Amino acid sequence: MKRILGLILVLVMAMSVVAGCGGSGNDTETTGSSTASDKFYIGGIGPITGAAAIYGQGVKNGAQIAVDEINAAGGINGYQIEYKFEDDEHDAEKAVNAYNTLKDWGMQILMGTVTSTPCMAVSAKTAEDNMFQVTPSGSSPDVIVGDNTFQICFSDPNQGIASADYIAENALATKVAVIYDSSDVYSSGIYEKFASQAESKGIEIVAAEAFTADNKSDFSVQIQKAKDAGAELVFLPIYYTEATLILKQANSIGYKPLFFGCDGLDGILGVENFDTSLAEGVMLLTPFAADATDKLTQDFVATYKENYGEVPNQFAADAYDAIYTIKAAIEKSGATPDMSVSELGDALKGAMPEIAVVGLTGKGAEMTWAATGEVSKKPMAVTIKNGVYTAN
Amino acid sequence: MKKKIGMNKSTYNNMITLGIVVAAYIIIQILISTGSVSSLMEGLLVPLCVYVILAISLNLTVGILGELSLGHAGFMCVGAFASAFFSRLTEDLITATYLRFLIALIIGAVCAAIFGIIIAVPVLRLKGDYLAITTLAFGEIIKNVVNVMYVGKDSTGIHFSMKNAMDLNLKEGGDVIIKGAQGITGTPTDSNFTIGIILVLVTMIVVMNIIKSSTGRAITSIRDNRIAAESIGINITKYKVITFAISAAFAGVAGVLYSHNLSTLTATPKNFGYNMSILILVFVVLGGMGNIRGSMIAAIVLTLIPEYLRFMQDYRMLHKRKGAE
Repeated sequence: MKRILGLILVLVMAMSVVAGCGGSGNDTETTGSSTASDKFYIGGIGPITGAAAIYGQGVKNGAQIAVDEINAAGGINGYQIEYKFEDDEHDAEKAVNAYNTLKDWGMQILMGTVTSTPCMAVSAKTAEDNMFQVTPSGSSPDVIVGDNTFQICFSDPNQGIASADYIAENALATKVAVIYDSSDVYSSGIYEKFASQAESKGIEIVAAEAFTADNKSDFSVQIQKAKDAGAELVFLPIYYTEATLILKQANSIGYKPLFFGCDGLDGILGVENFDTSLAEGVMLLTPFAADATDKLTQDFVATYKENYGEVPNQFAADAYDAIYTIKAAIEKSGATPDMSVSELGDALKGAMPEIAVVGLTGKGAEMTWAATGEVSKKPMAVTIKNGVYTAN
Repeated sequence: MKKKIGMNKSTYNNMITLGIVVAAYIIIQILISTGSVSSLMEGLLVPLCVYVILAISLNLTVGILGELSLGHAGFMCVGAFASAFFSRLTEDLITATYLRFLIALIIGAVCAAIFGIIIAVPVLRLKGDYLAITTLAFGEIIKNVVNVMYVGKDSTGIHFSMKNAMDLNLKEGGDVIIKGAQGITGTPTDSNFTIGIILVLVTMIVVMNIIKSSTGRAITSIRDNRIAAESIGINITKYKVITFAISAAFAGVAGVLYSHNLSTLTATPKNFGYNMSILILVFVVLGGMGNIRGSMIAAIVLTLIPEYLRFMQDYRMLHKRKGAE
């Protein structure tokens, strides 16, 4: 008898799980369709927990500021925006789950995802649904294979090329060492293009040292090799967490070359227990500097500080621009919220190559898009001086 | 009741477990056709099958053989990459989706089983914690080797490098299939829920029958008393290797299903690292060692919880940490 009772309980449990799912699906569908006609539903996806959380937080908050501003100013063509952000833990599978959750909520346009690998998985799904997608910072070229996905940030190859160009044009160094993360898409993507571009620009790569995600606390070997090879500049196409350790360890052996990085280094001054004086003189190629003097940037930084108590990083700025880009595309195409997801997708991707947006991340110049989804805007280098990012 | 249908207790029990899976499949299919399943649930169906297969296959090693293995995600990684590589390579040659997926499935399972044997032979002299540590290391090694592999194809054949994509020296029109840490992108998404459920059923039937066979009795006798088993002439190494290989093969099957579900496949610490191995172990421990139905239910519940607790924001991570640490 006990066994039969147990079985019945298991069946009841299994049924309630399935029924529960069905039920919640129904609820969201009805709320989605009853309110969808007077508001644009924009979803966001990114890592707000885990190792890349600082990027996801920046995007979440930056987009929120843009949405609040637009709603306060009367919305897009008179339609208000509904905005919701879901966590993907920097994982492709979780990102797809987050995407499906947002679809249940009634999402019509996706602003995301923040990091490249999850973004590839999600953009395959948005391509199936023909949903319009703008990624603020998914920088791999594989992200925009679908014609419905557009980037706000530079692609990885372009960052590598731009870095090599910048170093050559400003004659920063001729002997360069590279320390990169071979287990990371972003880092190895930039390194490959940097290496081929450096060769044609007459920059000699004297040491190219890799590390992996499992082995990133001790960099003394890589630094020593760079030092022995006589590198005048160390190129760091990596994220800021590892960069702080490299700076610390290079300082402890008395090695003081010029350090040069890409947008992954943005956020280095916000690392806890890091002596920011070590980052003095570090140059990074990033589209956004929080100390820029134009009114748009200053207002954004002031609002961000007031709401979240931090100086915004480049990711927040990318997200802010992403929301305004969506707004510009909607205005250009005259799309309305009562259109279906696929109709909106068609209308907006048709409008994208025709619009030009002036935002936080274009050095005050206009950003334009190719139909392939790639952005064209001005790169910008900043140097860390007296503990703040200073535009060059 | 048992007497009436003429089955013994364990067969009866197994039939119920299979019945639950079939019933769940039918209910979900009905709900999908009436449009009352949320997109989230629909997206989770294939991952659920993946985790159920992983939990059942690890149960064979941990529950039936009684050895703690922490390298299960590594075998899954082998199956995922081997099969995704094959599918990408033959995407244009074999256009029949099911045929291609079937071959990919066999390749994934066989590759994972070979790795299972390679790892089992030297490692199985170890016991308990030492075995756990070594399997954990092997899982990590597999993941790291995959991360430095560059494989491309062009008109002259397949090229391989451990350095970088430029080193492949591909001819014009060549295609880099495995791009080191960037993994494999553009895998055809051949997995679906029906295939997933069929694979779950196959896994269950195979594992259940192994447990009931003379092989299974030999394996459980090794678990319960190694010395006694040896004294009656059971070849311990042979049975351990068999169990490891079968367990790894099904982890490979789960990997095939996983890699053909999303269009991108990368070996990150998150999906193929030891955290994943521990998560699978948590399914097995929570569901009960040696209990197939239990590990199936545990895998489903533990996968659904974090997704259905999204409204709790950051707090939803607490339950998982509690399980893993």
